[in-house]
Amino acid sequence: MAIKDRMSGNEAVAIAMRQINPDVMGAFPITPSTEIPQYFSQYMADGEVDTEFVAVESEHSAMSVCIGASAAGARAITATSSAGLAYMWELLYVAASARLPITMAVVNRALTGPININNDHSDSMGARDSGWIQIYAETNQEVYDNFIQAMPISETIRLPIMICQDGFITSHGVSNIELLEDEKVKDFVGEYHPENYLLKSENPLAVGPYGISPYYMEVKRQQAQAMKDAMPIIMDVAKRYEKLTGRKYGFFEEYMMDDAEVALVVIGSSAGTGKEAVDRLRAEGKKVGLIKLRVFRPFPRVPLAEAMCKVKAVAIMDKAESFSNSGGPLFNEARNSLYDLPNKPYAINYIYGLGGRDITVEDYYEIYNDLFIINETDDPGDVYRYVGVRDSRFGERGFDHKKYEE
Amino acid sequence: MTYNLKKEVAKPERLAGGHRLCAGCGAGVAVRGVLRALEPEDKAVITNATSCLEVSTFIYPHTAYYDSYIHTAFANGAATMSGVETAYRVLKKRGKIKDNFKFIAFGGDGGTYDIGIQSLSGAMERGHDMVYVCYDNEAYMNTGIQRSSSTPRFADATTSPAGETIPGKIQNKKDLTAIIAAHNIPYAAQTTFFGNFKDLHEKAHKAIYTEGPCFLNILAPCPRGWRYETEDLAEICRLAVDTCVWPMYEIVEGQWHLTYEPKKKLPVEEFLKKQGRFNHMFKKGSEWMVDAAQEYVDDQWEKLIAKCK
Amino acid sequence: MKTRAKDINEKVTWQEVTTGAEIYEPATSRLVETGDWRVMMPVFKEENCKHCMLCIPFCPDSSIPVEDGKRLDFDFVHCKGCGICVKVCPFDAIDFVKEEK
Repeated sequence: MAIKDRMSGNEAVAIAMRQINPDVMGAFPITPSTEIPQYFSQYMADGEVDTEFVAVESEHSAMSVCIGASAAGARAITATSSAGLAYMWELLYVAASARLPITMAVVNRALTGPININNDHSDSMGARDSGWIQIYAETNQEVYDNFIQAMPISETIRLPIMICQDGFITSHGVSNIELLEDEKVKDFVGEYHPENYLLKSENPLAVGPYGISPYYMEVKRQQAQAMKDAMPIIMDVAKRYEKLTGRKYGFFEEYMMDDAEVALVVIGSSAGTGKEAVDRLRAEGKKVGLIKLRVFRPFPRVPLAEAMCKVKAVAIMDKAESFSNSGGPLFNEARNSLYDLPNKPYAINYIYGLGGRDITVEDYYEIYNDLFIINETDDPGDVYRYVGVRDSRFGERGFDHKKYEE
Repeated sequence: MTYNLKKEVAKPERLAGGHRLCAGCGAGVAVRGVLRALEPEDKAVITNATSCLEVSTFIYPHTAYYDSYIHTAFANGAATMSGVETAYRVLKKRGKIKDNFKFIAFGGDGGTYDIGIQSLSGAMERGHDMVYVCYDNEAYMNTGIQRSSSTPRFADATTSPAGETIPGKIQNKKDLTAIIAAHNIPYAAQTTFFGNFKDLHEKAHKAIYTEGPCFLNILAPCPRGWRYETEDLAEICRLAVDTCVWPMYEIVEGQWHLTYEPKKKLPVEEFLKKQGRFNHMFKKGSEWMVDAAQEYVDDQWEKLIAKCK
Repeated sequence: MKTRAKDINEKVTWQEVTTGAEIYEPATSRLVETGDWRVMMPVFKEENCKHCMLCIPFCPDSSIPVEDGKRLDFDFVHCKGCGICVKVCPFDAIDFVKEEK
């Protein structure tokens, strides 16, 4: 029987870690992920796990410890946020290229400049090209479920994995959750038996060579293939998890999409607010839908494009800026995925929620309203937009009403 | 146990030929010297901070190591090894491995004195059972002889060039061994390639077989960067020691001991004039530089002697 | 996947390189002939050698083999001709000459 409880997302992750009882954790505190190593240290202190915890002096060393431990044959985990993830940056690439299945709990927080401790996705989105699998969660339940699925995915394909959740919103927000029994988690995750590792008796292992030009590109191509091959593995693990829990997971969740005319694509906890907006607009008879992206790496290009093609106009929501002059990271990839399709929807980008700025049901009304106007006028206007920012031209929430009211 | 060179060189080799270090490179000599102190029945995991050593000893698909090896990045040799050593402890505790392993990290002075000092300090403080070896060639040789905090004063390096106005590096060399010893680790030592390698061998053996974090700082001359003929390695090292530019000592549980005291302390000039990087110190009008170098070495030596009493 | 270093060369495809560019054997650098870097070469004069072994630890290239307490002739596949051994030999048992190719 599932265990019903109520807790924060950080505690849920820490409990998943306790149930898995990994070999090594290397971690350094940073808001808002700090609680994870704190909870975990307490489990250690109380003898509930016999993991070795390395209380390193920096995130750079945290990831280095994880890499060393993983290459040595251990199951290694860490947790971080924001600047901590940025400080790990060069090692993220090392972990992925050495094909080490490290599991990292990322509690998403804005990157400094100015310093800010609240949620957006600029940290993990910045690391999107480092070669890590990235899975995002809307709720505390999903964070827990994703974390338990992490190792079976990453160890099968030999790629490191980030299990992301929204800082404070789910990491500190307490909600009801169903936990699995410890034994069920242990059975599901299984034992880790790498084929080769530094401490293997039969043969030595050399990891991390100088890769000269005649080999570097072949190594990278192979790594790119692993990310492609992760797609079916993620689905297999999700199916197995559904059998165990009844909770269904995929690359994304479609909410009221079957007959929708316009839709949002959104990552993380903001999908919850988005669903509330969908419910209310549906009550008024408006055919709106929502796609909540769960897996950002590998990017589910084909299925996501198919889902978006059910509507005539789609708003792609980015909780991160790229400073690219052409929209946020999700927009660029999601919109790109539509390119080859003959009947593609209009795709509009909204940058929202930076540094913990709330997005409200009312904001979503405005976005859906924009989409309906685009549908009617067949004029998408400027596709790179902001929502929720004070703008001298457009007022408090930054909408460009005038353009559509004309 | 008395040191016997014949016996030691009969042990199986642990660093193979075919690596791509320059001819005459001190790094290869340092690695062989340290790894020779491993007992043949013990396995080892070696790590390198990014360095000449790393880009030369594991160029895909050619590793020069007989033992398991890992390289990750520049600043984190000690942290990487912390992870490996921790994995060893936990896998041993959980009954998943049986062999005995030793853990030896190598970094150059760039990866140790400078960019890697934070991760080294962390690893020493946490107490991992490992040896960190700095092969100190007194500049960033891998990128082309830029100055490091280990480069001695007046040395002509590519980011502290000797010119009309500035006479090479302005600052004195950082005393890293003392900094690491201040972590109160069980064993730290300085050595180099000297005589029959007794000093280096015994220190490496102590470092490997003393439980806890241990540190070796090995002066490993670079013929390219220091500008001397490759065949002069042994003489350069001997002069470094006999001028007291590079004293050989150890710190055992906080007690400082000289392991070699020159019978006759040679003028520092003897060491400097052998190397092109100090050429400008011997031009007319530069006498003050040699005097200043001598004064610094004398001062450091006196302080060391005081610590060793 | 090609798992042995001897089978990995600049013709292997991305499907054939080892996962994560790992190597699963010891000391594969022995396959690399660094001997062709030499300009000068050491010449072992066995008759002068007292097998004191002083030259052995000074070799950066592990190119002086030892067997049954005796040093053997150089491993010229790997010796780069640095000449360190020439200078450390107390018995004039190593000459250093220009290599004729």
